[in-house]
Amino acid sequence: MTDRKTVTLNMGPHHPATHGVLRVVLELDGETIVNATPVIGYLHRGIEKICENRTYQQILPLTDRLDYAAASANNMGYCLAVEKLMGIEAPKRAQYLRVIMAEFARIMGHHLWLGTHALDIGAMTVIFYAFRDREMVMAMNEEIAGYRLTPSFIRIGGVAYDATDDFILKVRKFVEWFPKALEGYHQLLTENKIWTTRTMNIGAISAEEAINYGMTGPSLRGAGVAYDVRKVFPYSSYDDFDFKIPVGENGDVYDRYLVRMEEFKQSINIIAQAIENLPSGPVMTDNPWLANPSLSEVQNDLSALIRRFMINAKGVPVPEGELYSAVEGAKGELGFYLVGDGSEHPYRLKIRAPTFYLASALPRLLVGHMVADAIAIIGSLDFVLGEIDR
Amino acid sequence: MQIDKAVSALSEKCPDSILKRADRHGTPEITVAGESFYKVMETLRGLGFDMLTDVVGMDLMPRTPRFNLLYLLMSMEDFSRLAVRLQADEGQEVPSVSGIWHSANWGEREVFDLLGISFSGHPDLRRILTWENFEGHPLRKDFPLEGKDFDKPFDPDTISDYF
Repeated sequence: MTDRKTVTLNMGPHHPATHGVLRVVLELDGETIVNATPVIGYLHRGIEKICENRTYQQILPLTDRLDYAAASANNMGYCLAVEKLMGIEAPKRAQYLRVIMAEFARIMGHHLWLGTHALDIGAMTVIFYAFRDREMVMAMNEEIAGYRLTPSFIRIGGVAYDATDDFILKVRKFVEWFPKALEGYHQLLTENKIWTTRTMNIGAISAEEAINYGMTGPSLRGAGVAYDVRKVFPYSSYDDFDFKIPVGENGDVYDRYLVRMEEFKQSINIIAQAIENLPSGPVMTDNPWLANPSLSEVQNDLSALIRRFMINAKGVPVPEGELYSAVEGAKGELGFYLVGDGSEHPYRLKIRAPTFYLASALPRLLVGHMVADAIAIIGSLDFVLGEIDR
Repeated sequence: MQIDKAVSALSEKCPDSILKRADRHGTPEITVAGESFYKVMETLRGLGFDMLTDVVGMDLMPRTPRFNLLYLLMSMEDFSRLAVRLQADEGQEVPSVSGIWHSANWGEREVFDLLGISFSGHPDLRRILTWENFEGHPLRKDFPLEGKDFDKPFDPDTISDYF
């Protein structure tokens, strides 16, 4: 027997198909991957440490920068954790607006995934359609929050502003139009022979193994486990809406693709129900520590002015206690383990990033496949490095 | 329901292992004695907690033992959560559970990197978010937030396995 020599190939961190700064050290035998070591941390900003020295409201924009492709879902997870610890609940109208924003975030995240994933594998057309529609969602984000990518719209105790008539009109139009666009994506890819050859039976993982690796979200559902935080632990009125949890069978790249494509449909379904049944009422809790006094109040009432200063300069004291609160982000279970010590800063905030554990399963998924399939597998797991590295 | 069953099965298999039980805003939690920790985790895996959602470490500095470690478990059968708390002191080695759940591999590496808690029996205990020759552990409460040597530049020459 001859000694077979392996070649070490360094993929990333500056590689367009790694969607950020993921680096995977591949050991190759010919074109087959025999060993893979993911290296992360190139985008580590120490968000958990920064959080320990900021007030609860100042942390909110930082959570936008975790999974920046689906920012509102992160806002929602963080706000729900703080609200749970404070023992308050957002008004019903705010909860519905939150759901709309979180589902927009999911659609935006999936658009980014669809466009880049198809581009990586060689289907160039898809990204133009995906980004055209993503632009429409971002325009709606801009309409209601003033920001496109990182809205920071969901605040502790409610949401920042009420929905404008223009926003509701735009959402209705989008809900009506989007299923047609989705049909277009399906026509481009779902039965495309090149696409199915590149994705079927690639990076397959069984349900038990996926669970053992801590995989959540579409990647776990692609393996056939119907675990969705929105259904299992409903939050923010998700139990008011009627939606399905799509699951795959084989847990390969193609099944993860189908699950996400179906999630587009379910998300738009949820948004349609939320916008039609939008309850009336306030969008911010009446807790005086959280609701900013209005401008006219501040100009005419000294105590309101002082309160405004206290809220924004000193921060909100949150009671002592610990809790784990999770939401379904675009990539999976996004958890916040929050430890409060009675002050205005969290004692510890641990962010459970879904893609962190997806990335840890990379060696298992890559070994045995070709180098070109590595691109398909990495694309199908939908990494966002802002979340992995925090 | 399942939690009570799990806890009673646990106290049968590993007596005196559960020091305290608590409920943290809906998530049941057990505090486990250090010496029986690995056996408890193995038993819980056998009882159906097949996903290790996350490993959380926290520094409670003036206290001895200094650190709290939290393992968030979940059963995919009926979607019940259970948190297992373990106290660890500085320099104390905690048995790694990466042989039971693969997700512990990176979860424990992160705790090792940011808090400096060492895990015995871990297959690949290296820094994960900071670089290899980084000094200190950022999430410890005595880590300086600013200062002269606080932000040393990254030097690839001192890293042994820089491909």
